[in-house]
Order: sequence, then C-alpha cells, then structure tokens
Amino acid sequence: MTQSDSVDIRKPAAAPPGKDAGKDAGKEAGPIEPVSRTRAVVRRFRSNRSAVIGALLLLAIIVVTAAAPLIAPYGPAQVDISDRLSGPTAEHWLGTDTLGRDTLTRLMHGGRVSLAAAALAVVIATGIGLPLGLISGYFGGVVDWLLDRAADILMAFPAIILTIAIIAMVGPGLTTAMVSLGIVYAPRMYRVVRGSTLEVRREVYIEASTSIGTPHLTILRKRVLPNIMPAALVQLSFLLASALLAEVTVSLLGLGALPPTASWGSMLGQAFLEMRTNPSLAVYPGIAIAIATLCFNLIGDGLRDAFGRETRKAS
Amino acid sequence: MLRFLCVRLLAMVPLLVIVSFLIYSLIALVPGGPEVALAGSNPTPERIAAIREQLGLDEPFLVQYWNWFTDVLHGDLGTSFVDSQSVWSAIAHGFPVTLSLVGLTLLIAAVLGLALGLAAGLRPGSWVDRVSTVTASAFMALPYFWVGMMLVLVFAIQMRTLPAVGYVNFTDSPLDWLGHLILPAFSLATVPTAVVARQTRAAVTSVMQEDYIRTAVAKGLHPRRVAVKHVLKNAAVPVVTAFGVEANRLIGATVVIEQLFALPGVGKLAYFSVFSRDFPMVQGILLITAVLIMLVNLAVDLSYGYFNPKVKMS
Repeated sequence: MTQSDSVDIRKPAAAPPGKDAGKDAGKEAGPIEPVSRTRAVVRRFRSNRSAVIGALLLLAIIVVTAAAPLIAPYGPAQVDISDRLSGPTAEHWLGTDTLGRDTLTRLMHGGRVSLAAAALAVVIATGIGLPLGLISGYFGGVVDWLLDRAADILMAFPAIILTIAIIAMVGPGLTTAMVSLGIVYAPRMYRVVRGSTLEVRREVYIEASTSIGTPHLTILRKRVLPNIMPAALVQLSFLLASALLAEVTVSLLGLGALPPTASWGSMLGQAFLEMRTNPSLAVYPGIAIAIATLCFNLIGDGLRDAFGRETRKAS
Repeated sequence: MLRFLCVRLLAMVPLLVIVSFLIYSLIALVPGGPEVALAGSNPTPERIAAIREQLGLDEPFLVQYWNWFTDVLHGDLGTSFVDSQSVWSAIAHGFPVTLSLVGLTLLIAAVLGLALGLAAGLRPGSWVDRVSTVTASAFMALPYFWVGMMLVLVFAIQMRTLPAVGYVNFTDSPLDWLGHLILPAFSLATVPTAVVARQTRAAVTSVMQEDYIRTAVAKGLHPRRVAVKHVLKNAAVPVVTAFGVEANRLIGATVVIEQLFALPGVGKLAYFSVFSRDFPMVQGILLITAVLIMLVNLAVDLSYGYFNPKVKMS
C-alpha cells in the first residue's frame, strides 16, 4: 500500500515475473498489464503475514547456513571426546553429540548440505520440466502426447523408491541421489507448466502475436513464459519442500550424504542409531527440517494466494 | 461404468510394458554391469564369465528383457541374488504388513482430517478454525520419520506403554497388531491428515455458502446441522482425492518407517535389497509398487463416479 500510482506511471517497464523481460521492455511495446500485476502480487504477498514470516525466516536460515564456515563456533568435524553428549551449555548452546561435536555447528553445516542438495534436485527438475512443459503446451500434437505419456510413466513410481532404486544400481552418494530425484520430480514441474501454457495459449494476445508473424520462440519467451511463471514459482517452492524431505530421507537411510559429512538427514540417521542411548540427539535436526519445510510451504501458499486472486480478477 | 473400467485397464497395458522396460533397463546403470557388482572384490575373469553365463547376460539386451518380461507375465519375478528366495514370495510375505500399515494410516488420516476440517469449516475465522489450520500446517511441515522417532521416544522409551519395534499378525492377536502399528501409522498419517483437513475445510466453507443451506436455514433448521448432513455426504470426495495424491508418497514413506519400527514389510525389504544390491528384488518391488499406484489412481477415478454421479465417465 506504500507505492503511489504515480510511480507506476513513471516507470511502466518494471520487470514482469520473467527475469529477462525487463531489459527487453523498451524494444517492444509490451502490455502494461504485467507491470501493475507484478506490483500487485508483491504487495499482496507482503500483506500476507505468515508468508512474509516464512520468507524472512528462510532468508535467515540461508544466510546462517551459507556463512557457516565463517560464523560457526567450532569445526563441523571437530571432535572433543572429553565433552561428549553435553546438554546445552554456554560453550555448546545445543549440546554435543557422541563424539563431542558441537550440535549447533553441525546443524549450520548440515543445513548447507541439505538445502543445496534440495536446490540441486529442484534446479534439475525445473531445467527439464519447464522447457518441455512449454513446448508440450504450446505446440501440442505428437510431441505433447509423447511427453505427457513419458510423464505418466515417471509419475507411476513412488519418488523415493525410484530414487533409492537408482542409487542401488549406481551406488550411494548425495549428488547421485539428488540428480535422480531431479529427474523423478521433472514431471511434477512439467505438468504444472504444461497446464498453465495450455491456458495462456488460448489468450488473445498470443493469437495477436502469431498473426503479426512473431517467431514462436519469441512468443514463448516474452509472452508465454512470464505468464506461466506464477504457477511455476508456486510449484517450485512446494518442490523445494519435497526435495528437502527427500534429501533427509535418503541421507537418513545412509544412501545420500555419508558420514562424516553433516547433513540434516545424516544427523537424524545417526540419532536414529543411538535412539535408545541418546534420544535427545534427534530433537534439533528434526526441528531444523520442520522449520525449513514450513517456510517453503508458507511461501508457496503465500505466492499462490497472491497470484491466485490476480488470475481470478483477470478472468 | 464397466466400459470405462475396461478402457482404463486396457490403457494400462502399454504403460506397463514401458514401465517394465524402464525398470529392467535400470540394471544398465550399474557401473561395470551387475556381474561385477555381484562377483565381490578381486574377482577372476572366469568367475565374472560364469556369473554372466548364469544370469544370461551374454544375450542381447532386448532378449534379456523379453525373457524377464515373459517370466513376469507367468508370475515369476526372478530369484533374489542374496538368498535365492523367490522375489514374488518375498514381496507377498511383506505385503500384508505394509498393507496393514498403509490401511491404518489412511483410516487415522480420514477420521482426524475430517474432524479437523469439519470443525474449521463450520466456523471460519473462529479460534477452532485457527487451531485446526495451524495444526494442519504443522502436520504438513513435520518430517514423518522425525514424528516417528519422537513417538518412540515418548511412548516406547519413556512411558513404555507401546512397543517400539516388531510386528504381530492380526490373526495372532488383533490387539498386539494394533499396538505395534499405531505409532508407525500415526507418524505416517501427519501429512495425509493435513491434506484431508484442508480439502474438507474448503469443501465445508463452500457448501455453507450454497443457496440450499440458506433455504434450509430459512425453514428453521440449524445451519450447522444442515451443513454436517450435506457435507458428510460430500466429504468422501476430498478424502478420496487426498488419498490418491498421497498414495505415491505414502508407499515411498513406508521404506523409512518400516526401517524405523523394524516392521517386516515391503518397505524394509526394499531397503535391504538396495543395500545388498539385490537387483532382481529391487526390480520386482519397483514393478509391484508401480502397478499398485496405477491401480490406486484408477480406483480413485472410479470412486468419483460412485460418490458423485454428476461426474461423467469418459
């Protein structure tokens, strides 16, 4: 509510959701509608309290985990047998594990591994699913039919079981796990993008662009892509939540991040092994995972609401 | 209805052929081939050759696949590399355990999710609604295996009221069966419960705005009674939808939960097979779960027509 309308008039070329649309705005007289839409979406997202809290919290988690080597009080593999299994103390805020390693430090370093792994899987899923979804929804025909069947086939497997089956064949490792997961998740991005593209495809402005001879690639990039971004972004945040959980699952089973590498999953896996003797070890990694997942879900819900009301108003 | 079922079942056939081919092809991902993975450390070339011979790996790949596929069609999923057990009987052995676990999970999710969703949807904006919504969000975010570990911690280790591990057949002792399954089922039920609660809440709030509710209220009926009557009739659809969406995830989650609670189901078998690189077992489990998921999706689609005759079968 802080932006006045005059700002919108002075700067009609604010970036629509597509990341490269802003710099092209001067060359071609694009529709002004996406400009105000982006702002409206941002404004609505900002007025959604839980979504903002989720976004800020996630930002904090990313900063803290990314800066772990600089700000963590100890080394992630720094063993101190004399101070093992200490409860929370002034030196070790969250206590230490069986080898006397600082839990807070390992959580910070583990978050780096877990979040990066989740991001890798989602980047791969988006890298495959988004372009194929665009092609499928825009061109239709045989290509669409084939791609859609391929998605059917991949969707027929439980994601985790297919991922660990691939690991069984290739061998364990976090990168293997996340690349497989990225492929397994690709249809989920593909389906959303394809559905959204099918809708955009029917819009009058696409027909107009086609009729004046704009090349398909340009239409896809400048007209379709910015308009399917809302759906893709919402799906992206939910996929991140799923991928994080999958990283934890795979590492918990000892098929992903392998000791001594700390990841939230491998920490939980270690805690599980010592469940009977040191049950408290499981508490903190679980809370960390839950908070990060909650952030992704809150942001996803917030984005969906922010975009959703807009699409309803537009239609 | 029958025609719809036949068409859908027929459509599954080509899908199954491709799925089975993909599953069989996974073995090509094994570095050096399965014979090297099987031969142990420092194998002699003769040993590798013998294993290749034994597994029929000298045949062209398509022939290998065809042999495997025709065996599968005859109900033979191959034998385990580890203990020479038939893959089919190993899966059949674990199946009742996993089915019990998933069934109980869905039951808990349905009851708890409906209750939460109904309570929230009848009075949107009230504190009941807020508590229900927050509970659903928390259930959505809590990692199910962590919930499982915490439940073990509280009920099995601290209070010692429920067993943490193991399984008892329903036919041996229904009470012990329930006792062994209740903690794992509760930990698996968190996300499906949240999904059902959200779907139900949305359904209830939209029903509450319908004209026939206004009419019924105008006639002097209590609006809540009307809503409950109409909603309970319509509630099956969101619940079934949620189950369909969750089936895929749930089957994957059994791998971890069965490991955590030492339940001898298909999930634990999958985990063990992955670790021991028991390729035929991994392939068999993948094929069975893929078929299962296809059937669940079909059942969900069919149930739409059953619960809501307005949905056309096309």
